[in-house]
Amino acid sequence: MSAYNYLYVSGLLFTIGAVGVVVRRNAIVVFMCVELMLNAANLTLVTFSRINGTLDGQIVAFFTMVVAACEVVVGLAIIVTIYRSRRSASIDDASLLKR
Amino acid sequence: MLEIQTPEAIMFWVLAPVAVLAALGMLLVKKAVHSALLLAWVMITLAIFYIAQDALFLGIVQIVVYTGAVMMLFLFILMLVGVDASDSLTETISGLRPIAITAAVGFGGLFVSLIGRATIGHKPYGLEIANSNGNVQGLAKELFSTYVWPFEVVSALLITAALGAMVLAHHQRTVARPTQREQSIARFRTGSLAGAAGLPNPGVYARHNAVDVPALLPDGTPAPNSISATLKARGDMLESQSFELSEVDNTVTEEK
Amino acid sequence: MTTSTSLMYLIALPLAGAAILLLAGRRSDKWGHLLATALSASSFGVGLYQLSQMLSRPTEERAVTQKLFSWINVGTFNIDAGLLLDQLSICFVLLITGVGTLIHIYSISYMSHDQNRRRFFAYLNLFIAAMLLLVLGDSYLNLYVGWEGVGLASYLLIGFWNQKPAYATASKKAFVMNRVGDMGLSFAIMIAFATLGSVSFSGVEEASHTASQAALTAIGIMLLVAAAGKSAQFPLQAWLGDAMAGPTPVSALIHAATMVTAGVYLIVRSNFIFDAAPTAQLLVVIVGAITLTFGALVGTAKDDIKKALAASTMSQIGYMILAAGLGPAGYAFAIMHLLTHGFFKAGMFLGAGSVMHGMNDQVDMRRYGALRKFMPITFATFGLGYLAIIGVPPFAGFYSKDAIIETAFNAGGIKGILLGSTALLGAAITAFYMTRVMILTFTSHERWEKDQHPHESPWLMWLPMAILAIGSVSTGYLFTRGHALVNWLSPVFGEHEEHEELFVQPIVVSALALTAVVIGVGIALAKYQFSEVDAEAPQNVSIFTRIARKDLLQDSFNESVFMRPGQALTRLLVSTDDKVIDGTVRLVGTTAIGTGSALRKTQTGFARSYAALILIGAVALIAGIWVVTQ
Repeated sequence: MSAYNYLYVSGLLFTIGAVGVVVRRNAIVVFMCVELMLNAANLTLVTFSRINGTLDGQIVAFFTMVVAACEVVVGLAIIVTIYRSRRSASIDDASLLKR
Repeated sequence: MLEIQTPEAIMFWVLAPVAVLAALGMLLVKKAVHSALLLAWVMITLAIFYIAQDALFLGIVQIVVYTGAVMMLFLFILMLVGVDASDSLTETISGLRPIAITAAVGFGGLFVSLIGRATIGHKPYGLEIANSNGNVQGLAKELFSTYVWPFEVVSALLITAALGAMVLAHHQRTVARPTQREQSIARFRTGSLAGAAGLPNPGVYARHNAVDVPALLPDGTPAPNSISATLKARGDMLESQSFELSEVDNTVTEEK
Repeated sequence: MTTSTSLMYLIALPLAGAAILLLAGRRSDKWGHLLATALSASSFGVGLYQLSQMLSRPTEERAVTQKLFSWINVGTFNIDAGLLLDQLSICFVLLITGVGTLIHIYSISYMSHDQNRRRFFAYLNLFIAAMLLLVLGDSYLNLYVGWEGVGLASYLLIGFWNQKPAYATASKKAFVMNRVGDMGLSFAIMIAFATLGSVSFSGVEEASHTASQAALTAIGIMLLVAAAGKSAQFPLQAWLGDAMAGPTPVSALIHAATMVTAGVYLIVRSNFIFDAAPTAQLLVVIVGAITLTFGALVGTAKDDIKKALAASTMSQIGYMILAAGLGPAGYAFAIMHLLTHGFFKAGMFLGAGSVMHGMNDQVDMRRYGALRKFMPITFATFGLGYLAIIGVPPFAGFYSKDAIIETAFNAGGIKGILLGSTALLGAAITAFYMTRVMILTFTSHERWEKDQHPHESPWLMWLPMAILAIGSVSTGYLFTRGHALVNWLSPVFGEHEEHEELFVQPIVVSALALTAVVIGVGIALAKYQFSEVDAEAPQNVSIFTRIARKDLLQDSFNESVFMRPGQALTRLLVSTDDKVIDGTVRLVGTTAIGTGSALRKTQTGFARSYAALILIGAVALIAGIWVVTQ
């Protein structure tokens, strides 16, 4: 077994996350799929950190986590706000971009 | 030089398929709560992968931040928002799902094929040297020297995000909160007097006083509005009838 | 060079007056005119003080400078807002503030019935300040500021009664025609900076010794254009007649004594350029000669007293320009004629104002007649000015005009004979039309309506006229006594060398000039004094008279050559702009709108479909990488 196998896992998880963003309608689930994609990317970073023998990948993964945390906070707040005004967490209902 | 030991290989081959399956399950289950739990499992798996790959600090942070804080937040919001039972999985935008799946299969296939083809130009090194003083110490040294500026910027980002969440979640009242007296007057003036005394509590006369058991009306039928709408929507309402006794002993024994 | 800190008060005092009067508004209606007059007078006082200081210094140290502030400081291009008071400037300063103050005093009474008298005085003070800046600036750029300032003041004052559309149009006409000249000045400054690297008088003078002939000629011609615009010289002369729409004191101060002579000042100040550029100098002479004839001819046909005087002003400035174009021999005489003209022409304009004042603002001379009995003081002062302008010894005009004619004759060769003859002819025509004005206004018989009650003006009005009349009588003698003015100005122009061989002796010139004057006066007497004059202008007149009445067709010419083609060009440009340029722009807009509405159909508004598009894009990208790295 080689360390590259982690990369395959990462790629699969990322793809699954991407499909989830497109096919699921519940905004919270969509959000979770985004988180899944971020985690997949983190796995890649950690794996390459190991392959290259430096800690830079881990540092970047760390920053990714922080940014992801911020994003979750703001994103969920937006979902709550939308829910409060529209009584729905389906992202198809928020189609104001069209109008 | 990187030598992957057998225990790690076993761990990988056991956990990786499970993680991928859990991720797939996330897409397929109807209830958002189940998705969240599956995602939590994927994250824990990833944390184990991190630790296995000599990223001890990140592994711990992954558990604390993601499975701890972020997933908690998700569940919390689900409690607030995602009460409308399970999602329908039927697609409403025609043609979107086949397009998405084809694209995803293409993406995944190409991606895997690219990784298989890629060469890095050197054998994997492993992190023994970089972690010689300990992983946390190594990260700290990097973080507070080379990456100190991004680190500070990220701290600003965190504060901004916190403020932003507060601003978004803040609800500005446009009219004054009605006093108890006003609410009482409104109850009597509008609608029938039936609601004037307030809604019945759950479990009244129902032989079971749990919140998910409806109260019984005088004629013995359950009163649906005695149950919280959330529980009703979630389908967690129990039948009061199931708590009826099959035989009621009507005999009265006179005490002597 | 001596420096002084008090030069700025010359300008600051009237400028402050203008600011106070304009800012204080109606609050200052009661005392505004007094303040303005006092400030103008104190500026005159400062001028006298400067003169006394100047006289106390030796000749070569008489020029005084004052640096106000550093104005433009870009790389090697440094311009200070600086003032320069030398022997030339002081003449102008005293003329502007002196005559200006007299006209302020006159206006107190003349404008007393006008409810906007305060605004009038504010503009007058503004004019004085701008004109002083013009003559005191130590560089062409500083001069330019004053140049534009007097243009503004002139515009405001010509259109002072802008409730009459004709007057408003006259002010616009003056402004637009002046703008042509201003373009000339700005071009001259640009060329000077580009080729000589400096725009200060001293810098340009220094650089002119080594500069190319072509550059100097170009600067000279552009300066001539500027002078022609401001001084109403051919071919930019058409505005001056209409400028008489302004109140009469304005005509006296701005359009006779001071502002219109700014062109002469500009040419004389730029003597070092014209001395080194003979072509430009020749053009100056030609312009002067044409204008002095032009103005004189127009003057013969005008029945409006102010317009007749305006034509005369144009003609007299033609004399000054002619003299200024004759080189070092003529500069001092140009200035001398300018100063004497400032006195007698201002006096005559004030006289004309006095006549109008007594005649209910009637300006048609054919409606005057025999007014000397009713306005003896006006008649006397106007008459003294008249004697001065036609050049009767020993009045001022005799000395200054004779000097110019003599210099013209002595310019040498055919040129000298032509110029001298033109100047002589001009003198004869001047005598004719000025005599005509005198006869039609003050002598001959009464032609006014019976309800007119001609009367003498109050002392506030005749006192300035009297003082100016004294100037008309005495200045010529004072300036020429022992070559006083020529010697005074010589440090500015370099030594005034006498002609080696005089072509014509002064005494001959004087005799010729007097003969011309006698002929002119004689014809006028015969035509107007000893024969009947109609109250209405006769219509069955020769074609020449008709042309002269129409200002020698100057307006028709401008309209057909510049205005109508300009309008046609404008219309063409407007339609081009509308059809071609805007059409192109609109086409872009229409295309964008069309594309947008076509693309809009692909937008569902569902976030998930956009996410799917992003996913497809990512697939395309990764497929590209896959293909490239194969």
